[in-house]
Amino acid sequence: MSMSSSMALATVGGSRSDALSLNGTEDQYVSFTVGTEEYGVNILAVREIRGWTPESRLPNLPDYVRGVINLRGIIIPIFDLRARFGGGKTEVTKRHVVVVIQVGERTRGILVDAISDILAIGPDAIKPPPDVDSGLIDAEYLSGLYTAENRMVTLLNVDKLFANEHGDHQDPADTRAIAGSAATS
Amino acid sequence: MDDLSRFKQTYFDESAELMAVAEAGLLRLSPGDVDMDEVNAIFRAVHSIKGGAGAFGFSELVAFSHEFETVMDELRNGAIPVTTDLIDTLIRANDLLGQLLGYAGDETDPPPGLTDDTVAALRHALSANRNSPPQPVAESTAPPASATPDDEDDEAGIFGDALAAINAARADDDPSGTGSGSATADRVRWTIRFRPKNDLLLSGNEPAYMLRALRRLGEVNIHCHLDDLPALADLDAELLHLSWTITLTADASVGRDRIDDVFEFVADDCDLQISADAPLPAVVEPTAPAASAAAPPPARSEPAAVPAPPATQTTTPPATTAPAAAAQATTGKGDGAKTDGPTKPRGGNGGGDHGGLTTHTIRVDLDKIDRLVNMVGEMVITQAMIAEHLRDLPPGQFQELQEGLEQLAQHTRELRESVMSIRAQPVSSVFSRMPRLVRECAALTGKEVLLATSGENTEVDKTVVENLVDPLTHMIRNSIDHGLEGPEERERIGKPRAGTVHLSAQHRSGRIVIEVTDDGRGINRAKVLSKAIEKGLVQPGASLTDEEIDHLIFLPGFSTADQVSNLSGRGVGMDVVRRNISALGGRIGVYSTPGEGSRFVLSLPLTLAVLDGMVISVGEERFVLPLTNIVESLRPKPVDLHGLVNKCDVMMARGEYVRLVYLHRLFGIPKAVDDATRGLVVLVETEDGSRLGLVVDEVLGQQQVVIKSLESNFRRLDGVAAATILGDGRVALILDVAGLREMSRHTGDSDRARPAPTPALAGPSPSPRQRQTV
Amino acid sequence: MEPRVKKKVLTVDDSRTMRDMVSFTLRGAGYEVVEAADGQAAMTAIAASKVDLVITDLNMPVMDGLTLIRKLRAIPAHRSLPILMLTTEADDSKKAEGRAAGATGWIVKPFNPDKLISVVQKVCG
Repeated sequence: MSMSSSMALATVGGSRSDALSLNGTEDQYVSFTVGTEEYGVNILAVREIRGWTPESRLPNLPDYVRGVINLRGIIIPIFDLRARFGGGKTEVTKRHVVVVIQVGERTRGILVDAISDILAIGPDAIKPPPDVDSGLIDAEYLSGLYTAENRMVTLLNVDKLFANEHGDHQDPADTRAIAGSAATS
Repeated sequence: MDDLSRFKQTYFDESAELMAVAEAGLLRLSPGDVDMDEVNAIFRAVHSIKGGAGAFGFSELVAFSHEFETVMDELRNGAIPVTTDLIDTLIRANDLLGQLLGYAGDETDPPPGLTDDTVAALRHALSANRNSPPQPVAESTAPPASATPDDEDDEAGIFGDALAAINAARADDDPSGTGSGSATADRVRWTIRFRPKNDLLLSGNEPAYMLRALRRLGEVNIHCHLDDLPALADLDAELLHLSWTITLTADASVGRDRIDDVFEFVADDCDLQISADAPLPAVVEPTAPAASAAAPPPARSEPAAVPAPPATQTTTPPATTAPAAAAQATTGKGDGAKTDGPTKPRGGNGGGDHGGLTTHTIRVDLDKIDRLVNMVGEMVITQAMIAEHLRDLPPGQFQELQEGLEQLAQHTRELRESVMSIRAQPVSSVFSRMPRLVRECAALTGKEVLLATSGENTEVDKTVVENLVDPLTHMIRNSIDHGLEGPEERERIGKPRAGTVHLSAQHRSGRIVIEVTDDGRGINRAKVLSKAIEKGLVQPGASLTDEEIDHLIFLPGFSTADQVSNLSGRGVGMDVVRRNISALGGRIGVYSTPGEGSRFVLSLPLTLAVLDGMVISVGEERFVLPLTNIVESLRPKPVDLHGLVNKCDVMMARGEYVRLVYLHRLFGIPKAVDDATRGLVVLVETEDGSRLGLVVDEVLGQQQVVIKSLESNFRRLDGVAAATILGDGRVALILDVAGLREMSRHTGDSDRARPAPTPALAGPSPSPRQRQTV
Repeated sequence: MEPRVKKKVLTVDDSRTMRDMVSFTLRGAGYEVVEAADGQAAMTAIAASKVDLVITDLNMPVMDGLTLIRKLRAIPAHRSLPILMLTTEADDSKKAEGRAAGATGWIVKPFNPDKLISVVQKVCG
């Protein structure tokens, strides 16, 4: 992961930030639903929220990589959060929503069912996810749990969530060189 | 200041240019043929790099460029002769300078000891090669003493006489009459003679700090005595050969003890004389003692107000407002005829006559141009979108709209070309690096090589130019290492001892074509073939055409060198060259005649921002195939199709069998045409001339597309070169034909998710014929 | 402070970086700055418009700084034009050379911006 992404994380992943517990300010989260579950991401990471537009598919990738869309001249990937959490590929309708997230230099879209709320959450109100040691949940991309009225909102660390879908660590030419040599050996 | 960073980019840009100047100059340098202008230019380049480095605090860079500069300085003074060794050393030094600039640019420290060898060589050049006994470094045109002492410190200063003139003028300008001297307090002038022992530095003391400390006590005027400085050759840099006379004008409150304090730690290591002169005349406000030292500059008027300074300085005539009149009179006349006219521009110093300041060029940040390129790209897309909507309108109507759109299309194209031409650069910036490479390669292989170049002024997009360096480097190395024979062998077979490598560039049908030709032995086909068989790239007993054999060298993992030589065997082969070229939308081919030589032909698009493509559809997806890869598209009849050992489909096209690759299978696209006779076969050709039949649903038409990066927000994908945005705003992937071929060849090795059934077309060992063709 | 006409400084250096730095520093201090890449261009610039101060590098192509200074001094109108030399080496012999050519003063490269401003203020207000 690039330096810039990690630095963005420090300001974005508010719940984990020591600095925030020090000054005790509340962070704003955008929450959205996928099926019956509700998730939240720090509003600072959210660049925009847009309606669903048909994606162009990318070959040979897991089903949670929906494809790419044209965001005002730049090409961004769209990830399907339901598929990512094992709920199968989302059957999109016009009501579905893409949350456009900026992490470091990179922009990406996350397909969700609907936006539900904007929450102001103080660091003390964030509870750690249970059983993270059990291996049941991959805690990497969870930054904590928050209770809004009687709903549970899972706060996501978007940076980690789709981190392995980026070739940041590898030079593209290398990738091909490796592929090439592997193929002939 | 923090604002320094704003200049860094300028500095690195400029340094890169200077490095190129220096390198070109160094390469032209040869013993016995020394062009002093050239040497001066190199000196200045290094000097400028050093100057900037100092400003940014790049200490390694400063230290090293200083060593480099010193040698260049001696060279231009004629103190040391130009030898081949020296040239090599200087070229190495220039390289190193480039590396250090790189480290400085990355804000990382260079590895310790990086410069040691080269510095040693540079110093050696200084001491070993002297033309004549060294002259004393400071032949001390000892500064002419002046009636008015200089106002100076170690960073800047104003010559005393000039200062007097300025202050006089200032006083005239100051009708209130209070300007000069108003802030001067009751002061004492001290004369300090400081002659440290020559091992003072070894004790960790630094005279500069002491001088600086003195400055804090008041205004100082420092004269450094260089009389004891030995000749450079005898100089021991660890010893100190300097001494100083300092006059300190300080408040009366500054006592002798304060001065003594400064020298406290070195009292035993130096010869120190401190004497106080007569107190200065009392001034207007004796009660404001501290004001003077810190007062803003205009109020600093002490020198003008001072009476005759100590005896040693009174021997010269009083200050004159026309400084050094004598000197200028003679020198001015000496070359006056040539240069006096300020309005006479120098040829080659472009545009010196336009206010003298600017040329006809401006420097523009690349980002700005890229933004412009992007905007033009958006325009191309918008225009395509309008065109698409217009097609839906009933034909025959909206005639004017149609015409207007055609005009818009034309203007858009022209605008795009103009914008792209801004980014265009001559390939000479790459070509000029090659003589150097040829020298090195020749030296390493013991071969004699002449490099000829042509078409250096051919222009191509900056990005393309930058991406040419590596492939060209590799191709030239390859030609020298594998192509050219040694001088003895060449003589034996009746060729000139020196082999020739010819590098040329030219525009050909909207692309740039670069050729590297050598007059060596040509590709040794028997050897290439046996190597390929040995590596399992070709089945034993296969019959390949000469051309096919030649192109085997582009296969991954192929290397012909019997032993890995210093040159070509650097872990990459021609396959990497080919892959890199192809990533740029380029192609490379080779033509070889045994005994006569080889010719590598490389063609690249003129720009990496836009390409002419064919839009095709597969299922619900659309893709763009670069036009340069397309031979033709055809709809095969059932009789043209054949299954080959149950592994894949082949098709007879133009008298040749080509392997069919079903894009929908490769990419796992649903709802696509699976029967080639009901879809279309696009016959595509990869850079090495081998062909492939790409089975698609439909060909939608030819279109100019703007290349968009997939990697900036996502990552690279196999078989995909980049992406673009079509007229309807949807994204389409631009296909990488060579990549598709690789994929189809190795699908068996792949563990990728593949929703559509994978055809069994990727057996580990297709016939050699297919290896080649596919 | 009463309004005043900006003083015009000509910076002469073959290094773009240096010119940029001098310009930036002096513009920030309220000077108008024009640039020239060598002595010849500087001569032309001075002929074209009145400048109040010249800050010149010494090592330059086409016409070096010392030659520039000498030539300027040979023109009566520029006898008292302040000229500072910007130099990496401010040893005594270099200074003596500059002084002999007719330089008003010198500034060591790399320069401290405040220092540059203070020296410039000193010689041209």
